[in-house]
Amino acid sequence: MMESRSAHAPWSSLQLGRGDARFHPELSSLTHQHISFLPHFLFCAELQPIRVRDEPNQEVVIAGQVVFPRMRKTRSIMSKRKAKDVHLPTGESITQVQSMLRERLCNQRLPDKPEGTEAQHKHLLELLRRTAIHGESNSVLIVGPRGAGKTMLLKCVLRDLLEDKEAQKSLLQVHLNGLLQTDDRIALKEITRQLHLENVVGDKVFGSFAENLAFLLEALKKGDRSSSRPVLFILDEFDLFAHHKNQTLLYNLLDVSQSAQAPIAVVGITCRLDVLELLEKRVKSRFSHRQIHLLSSLTFAQYLQRVQSQLSLPQDFPDVKFAQDWNDSIKTLCEDKSAEGALRRHFNSSKDFRSLHILLMLCLSRVTVAKPVIKPADLLEASRLCFVDAKANMLHGLSILELCLIIAMKHLNDVYEGEPFNLQMVHNEFKKFLQRKSNSMYNFEQPVIMKAFEHLQQLELIRPVDGSAAKTQKEYQLMRLMLDHSQIMEALQKYPLCPTDVKQWAMSAFG
Amino acid sequence: MKYFTRLRVRRVYKWRGDPLAFNRKLKTCDYGSLAISVEGLPRTTVIVVGQHILIEGEDEDDPYVAKVTRLFGDDSGKQKKAVVQWFARVSEVPASKLKLLGREPHPQEIFYYQGRVCEDEVNAESILRPVKVKHLDGAAPFPDSDDKDTLFVKMSWDSKIFRVAPAAEPAPAFSPPPRSKPSLPPSPPCSPPAATPATPASRRVSRRTLSTPEPAEVRCSWGSMSTGKVRSLEAESHHSATKLSASKCLSATRRKASARTPGVRKKLQLCSPEKSSPEDAMDQLLDQELESEMMLVQRLSSSPPQALHLTPHRMGHTAPASPLSHRLTPLRKAQGGRDAEDAIPIKRSSVVLQQLSETDSPPPAPREDSTRAATPSRRKEAKAARETALAVLVEVDNENSPMLPAATTPRSSKRKSALLVSSRIRKQLHLLNSDQLLNSDGEDEDEDVFVPSKALQSSSEEEEEEEEELDSDQEVGAKKSRRTVGSRTPRSKGKRGTSARTPRKTPNKKITPSTPQTPRYATPIIPSRSLPARCPANVLEEARARLHVSSVPESLPCREQEFQDIYSFVESKIVDGTGGCMYISGVPGTGKTATVHEVMRCLQHAAEVDEIPPFHFIEINGMKMTDPHQAYVQILQKLTSQKATADHAAALLEKRFSNPAPRKESTVLLVDELDLLWTRKQNVMYNLFDWPTRRHARLVVLTIANTMDLPERIMINRVASRLGLTRMSFQPYSFKQLQQIITSRLNKVKAFEEDALQLISRKVAALSGDARRCLDICRRATEICEHSAPPTPPASGLVGMSHVMEALNEMFSSSYITAIKCASLQEQLFLRAVIAEFRRLGLEEATFQQVFVQHQALCRVEGLQPISVSEGLAVCQRLGACRLLLLEPSRLGVLQRVRLNVSQDDVLYALKAD
Repeated sequence: MMESRSAHAPWSSLQLGRGDARFHPELSSLTHQHISFLPHFLFCAELQPIRVRDEPNQEVVIAGQVVFPRMRKTRSIMSKRKAKDVHLPTGESITQVQSMLRERLCNQRLPDKPEGTEAQHKHLLELLRRTAIHGESNSVLIVGPRGAGKTMLLKCVLRDLLEDKEAQKSLLQVHLNGLLQTDDRIALKEITRQLHLENVVGDKVFGSFAENLAFLLEALKKGDRSSSRPVLFILDEFDLFAHHKNQTLLYNLLDVSQSAQAPIAVVGITCRLDVLELLEKRVKSRFSHRQIHLLSSLTFAQYLQRVQSQLSLPQDFPDVKFAQDWNDSIKTLCEDKSAEGALRRHFNSSKDFRSLHILLMLCLSRVTVAKPVIKPADLLEASRLCFVDAKANMLHGLSILELCLIIAMKHLNDVYEGEPFNLQMVHNEFKKFLQRKSNSMYNFEQPVIMKAFEHLQQLELIRPVDGSAAKTQKEYQLMRLMLDHSQIMEALQKYPLCPTDVKQWAMSAFG
Repeated sequence: MKYFTRLRVRRVYKWRGDPLAFNRKLKTCDYGSLAISVEGLPRTTVIVVGQHILIEGEDEDDPYVAKVTRLFGDDSGKQKKAVVQWFARVSEVPASKLKLLGREPHPQEIFYYQGRVCEDEVNAESILRPVKVKHLDGAAPFPDSDDKDTLFVKMSWDSKIFRVAPAAEPAPAFSPPPRSKPSLPPSPPCSPPAATPATPASRRVSRRTLSTPEPAEVRCSWGSMSTGKVRSLEAESHHSATKLSASKCLSATRRKASARTPGVRKKLQLCSPEKSSPEDAMDQLLDQELESEMMLVQRLSSSPPQALHLTPHRMGHTAPASPLSHRLTPLRKAQGGRDAEDAIPIKRSSVVLQQLSETDSPPPAPREDSTRAATPSRRKEAKAARETALAVLVEVDNENSPMLPAATTPRSSKRKSALLVSSRIRKQLHLLNSDQLLNSDGEDEDEDVFVPSKALQSSSEEEEEEEEELDSDQEVGAKKSRRTVGSRTPRSKGKRGTSARTPRKTPNKKITPSTPQTPRYATPIIPSRSLPARCPANVLEEARARLHVSSVPESLPCREQEFQDIYSFVESKIVDGTGGCMYISGVPGTGKTATVHEVMRCLQHAAEVDEIPPFHFIEINGMKMTDPHQAYVQILQKLTSQKATADHAAALLEKRFSNPAPRKESTVLLVDELDLLWTRKQNVMYNLFDWPTRRHARLVVLTIANTMDLPERIMINRVASRLGLTRMSFQPYSFKQLQQIITSRLNKVKAFEEDALQLISRKVAALSGDARRCLDICRRATEICEHSAPPTPPASGLVGMSHVMEALNEMFSSSYITAIKCASLQEQLFLRAVIAEFRRLGLEEATFQQVFVQHQALCRVEGLQPISVSEGLAVCQRLGACRLLLLEPSRLGVLQRVRLNVSQDDVLYALKAD
C-alpha cells in the first residue's frame, strides 16, 4: 500500500492526455516501477500493488486499470527473448495478452477490415480514389455520434487507398482539426505548411493572413485536373470551422472543389447532425451534399459478439494453449448472466465502442498472474467504476459541517422551489436545525461557516447565479446548488460515521 | 467534297490561238477559245466564248450549266479563268419557289439566272464539256426529244420570281470583270448567277481560283478576293465569335476614324466612284485589300448579324448606285444565304426551314457541303423582301453568320442589335453541337483540298482559321495571357515608374521582426503529379466528368436573357468609354458568376478581334479576401501588378480613376459576394460605386450578391444611390431549365433515363433551383448506378429511377430520425423524458434536473435500473453533441437547460416506429 500512496502524491503534476499518459520522471525515479495511469476521467483510482510472481524484484503498481505505452516496449523485448518457448510462463503470457489487447482497445491499431461500416467504407474509398487517380474534386462529410468510428473509418480508407502506388505517389494530405486551428489564419498557415508551398521556410510560414490566403488560392488556381497532384483536406471537427469568420476557409476550399482548379477532396468529420445548417447558403451551395452517416443500429447480440472478438486472442499467439484457455474463458464470460447484465447496462447507456473499450480496459487491468482470466466479477467491478457518480463521491470527502450546509441548501431548494439562496439563508436554516434537533452538532462561528461555504464553491458543488458575482457582499451572494437530491441522499448513505440526526434531518420533509 | 480528293479523269486545258487582248494592269490575257483534251483520248473539245458549258459541281450527274462570256488567263499561262453566265437547273430552284412557275417544270429545263450574288468567275479547269442549250419561247411547248443532253431555257430566275428569259442575247465577247466597271448597268450577264442552295458550284469553283500560286494575280479579280473572305468567314462561322455581333458595326464606325483602316478608304471610294478610271479604282482597291486583308477577314468573320437584318433596304439603293457598294452587299448576302443554308440540315422541322428547303433536295452529302457554300443568296433575297418577319427568324437561326460590319449602321441601332445578338446566341446554344458535328467533316476535307494551294494570302487565312478553330476556352485562355501582357501598357508602366518610390516604403514598414514577409520569389503552385490523371473509361465516368460542376460547359443554356442584358450593358459602356454599375442578385447556384464570366469571355474575344476597344477584366471576390479593404490591394495588383497596402492601394486607385490619361483602357470589375465588402462606414463599397461615375474612370462595375434587396438593406443612401438602379435578378432554375442544363452538359452522352433526369430536376427545382445541387445529385446517381451494376444489371446500363431515388434520399433525407432510432436505450428514454417534462411544464425548455426526474420515473416504468446523475449527464451530453438536444454549456451541470432541436412529433414518430 505504501507504494501506491507514494505514487498518489505526484499525480497532480502529471499531464494526462487523452489515450496516452506521459511518464513522469520524478515518479519513475521514485518508484522504479512501471506505473500506468487510467484515463483522466477516473480520478479516484484504486491502486493495487501486484507482485509478479516470477520476478519478485519487479513490482507493478496498477492503478485501477493500466495503460502505458512504454510498458509494451519492455514487454515485447522480453517476449522476444522467450519467443521460441511454446509454453511461456503465465506471467509472460499475461504481459503479452495485456499489451496485445491494450493496443487493440486504445485504438492504436486499426482493425483489418471495417466492421459494420462496409458500405460507408466502400463509398469513401471510391470517392477518394477518384480524387487521387482521376483528379476529380469532391467534398464529403462524415457524420456520426462521438465514438461511432468516424476517424477510424477515414484512417482505414486512407490506409487502403495508399496501398495503391499511384495514389500514394500523387496524393497530398492536409490534416486540420477544428479544435487546433481555431481560426482561418492559423488554419491557412497550417495548410501552407503541410503542403510545403514555397512560402514555407523550414517549418515556418511567412506573410500576413491576406498574403497567405492569396498565395494559397493562387496556387490552387494554377493547378488543373490532370496535371496537379490532388490534395486531400481532412477537417476534423468540421462544425468548428463553420464558426470561423465569414467561413472564408470553407468557402474557398469548397469553391475550389467545384471549379476547374487543382483537384481537391474536402473531407469533413463531425458529430453534429445539423452541420449543414451551420453553413452559409453560398458555402452550402458549393458543398456537394454528400454525407456519410455512421449511425449504428447495433443489436445487443452483435454488441456481445464484438466484446468477445475484442477480447479474444488471435491464432498466432505464441502460447497456443494459453490462448485457447483465454478464449474459452472469454466465451464463458460472455455467456455469464451477471456479466451479460453489466454489458447490457452499458449497451443501454451507449452503443459507442469507445465506452466499451474503457470498460474492457478496466477489466483487463484486473488480470493478474494469480488470476489469468477475466471473471464476471471483474466486469461488474469495472462497470461499477464506469458508472460511479463523480459528485456523489466528492461528497464523501466533505466535513460534517459542509455536509450539513448542503442539506440545508437542499431544504431551501425544496421550500423555495429551486430559487437561489445566499449564505445567510443557509446559515439560518442550519441554525434552525441546530435549535430543533441537534444533539451532536454545535453552532459554528460565522467565519467558519463562511469558510465551509467557500470550499463548497471551490468544489463547484454550488455556484453563484450569473451576473451577481461582483456586486454583492459574499454573505448575500445568490447561489445555486449543483447537486441533485438523489446524489445527496446517496452520499449520506455511504458517508462514514454520519450522525444519525443529520441523516434524519436530510430525510425529513421539512427543514 | 469527296470528288475533289479522288483522282478523276485527267483533262488537259489549253488556250487555242493567241491572246485577243492583254490587260496590263491586271496582267490578264483574254482568249477566244479553250481546248480541252482528255488524257489518253485523241479527241479535243473546244470551248469558245458564247458557248454553253457544263461546270463541275457537287453532283456528278447534274453538273452546273453556264454560258461562257469571257475566257482569260494570266500571262504566265498557268491561270485559266472563265467568266460565265449561270443557268439554274430545276433541282437548284427551291421547291417553294418552283410553285411560282405555275406549271410542271420540264426535267431538262434550265433557267437563266439573274441573281446578283453568285460568283461569275470560274476556274477554267472546272469546265467539263460544252452542252447544247436551246432558247425557247415562253409559250412554246418543250420539244419531245430523246436527246437527254439538250437543255431548254424558257424563263429567267432571279431568286425571287420567274421571268421570260431574254432570248439568245449576244454573247459579250470580251466583257471585262463586271464589277470593275462602275458604269456597267446591272444587266443580266453582269449579275452572276448564284449557285443554287443545294449546289455551291460557284463557290467551289472560285475557290479553286484561290489556289493560284501567285496571290497578287488572284487578287486581281474580285471574285477570288471575295472567296477568300468567304472562306475565312465560313471557318469562323462555327465560332462563337458571332456572339459579339453588335459591337462589330460599332467598331467599324469607329475604325472609320483611324486613317489606316481599310474601311476608311473604302468609304471614300464609295463616295466618289467616278473619280478614277475603273482600272485605277481596281488597283487601288487591290492594294488596300492586300494590306488590309487580315483585318477584313477578321472583321468579316465576326461581323454583326444585324447587318443582315438591315440588308434588304440598304440593298435597295446601294446596289444600283455604285458597283463598289454593290460589291459589299452581295457578299453580305451570300453570307447570310449560306447561313440560312446552315440552318437547314440542323432544324428541318422548323417552319422557316421548311420554307427554305427544296423539293428536290439533293443527296445528303452535297447538302452538308452546301451548308458551307456561299450560294443560296437568291432565296435569301426573296425572303428578305417578302417575309421580313421570316427573315428575322432566319437570322435568328443564323447565329453563325458573321456579317460584314455595316458601316452605315446608325448608332441608335446598337441596343436593338444587341438584342438580336443575344437571341442569336440562344439559338446557337441549341444548335451548336449538331452544327459542329455537321460542319466538322466538310471542314476537314476542305482543308485537304485547299491546303496544297496555300498562297501567301491564303496561308495567312489558314492561320486565321486554325486559330478560330481552337477550342474557345483555350483561345480565351490564350487571349487572357496576351491580355495580361498587353495590360502592361506604356501608361501603366509609366505609372509604375512614378509610384516606384511609394511601394518601396511599404515593405520597409512591414518588415518588422515579428511579421516577416513572404519569401520574395515564392511562386504559388501545387506540385504536379508524376503520373497523369486517368481519363474517364466508360460512359458513366464520362458522364460524371461532364456533370462535375467544375467542368466548363460549352454553353450556358437558360440564361440567354441575362447574358444579353449584361452583355449589352458592359459592351455599351466599353464602347462609349463610360462607366457604370450593375447589381446582380440571385440565390446560390443560379449561374450568376458563370454568366458574367461567359459574357467576359465573349467580350474579350470581341476585343481580340478588334470589335470593341480592348479592356481589362478584373475579378475580386469578397469571400476570397480576409478583410474588405483588401479589395483595393487585389484590384491594384490585378490592374498593375503592384503590391501595396490597403490604404496606399486605395489612394493609387483613386488617382488612377479620377485622372485623365491617354490611351486608357476601360476596366470591367466583377465584385463577387458583394455583401462581404460591407464595413461600418461602407467606404469600400462607396469607392467601388463612386469611381465609375468619375469622368475619366472608364470603369464598369458588376456586383454579385445573393440577396435581392441588399442595396436597401445594408447600404447607406449615398452608396445605394451610386450603385444605381441597374439591377438584375437571377431566378432559381425551373425544372425544365435544370433538365436542359443537364442535357446540354451531357451532350449526347447517354447515361440517364429520361424519367430519372426529370425526377432530379423536378426535385431540385422544388427545393432550391440550385444547379450545383442538381449536378451533384446526378453525379451521385451515376456512382450508385455504377456500384449497383453487378448484382442488378440494368437493361440499359443507364442511371435509372431507383438510383436517382437512392441518391435523393441520401442527400435530402434528414438524418435525425435515423439518429434517434439508432440511439441507445437510455438516450431514447431521455428524449422521452424531455418531451414528458415539456408537456408537464407547458414550455419548450426545461433544466436537466427536471428532465432527470422524469427520466428516473421512466426508467422505473421500463423496469430498468435508474441511472446516476453522472450517467444521465453523459447521456444528455451525447444527445447534445449530435444536436438532437440544444444544451447550455456543460459547466452548468444539472442546472443546464435543455431544448429539443427536433420537433416533438419527429421524436415520437422515431421512437414509436422502433
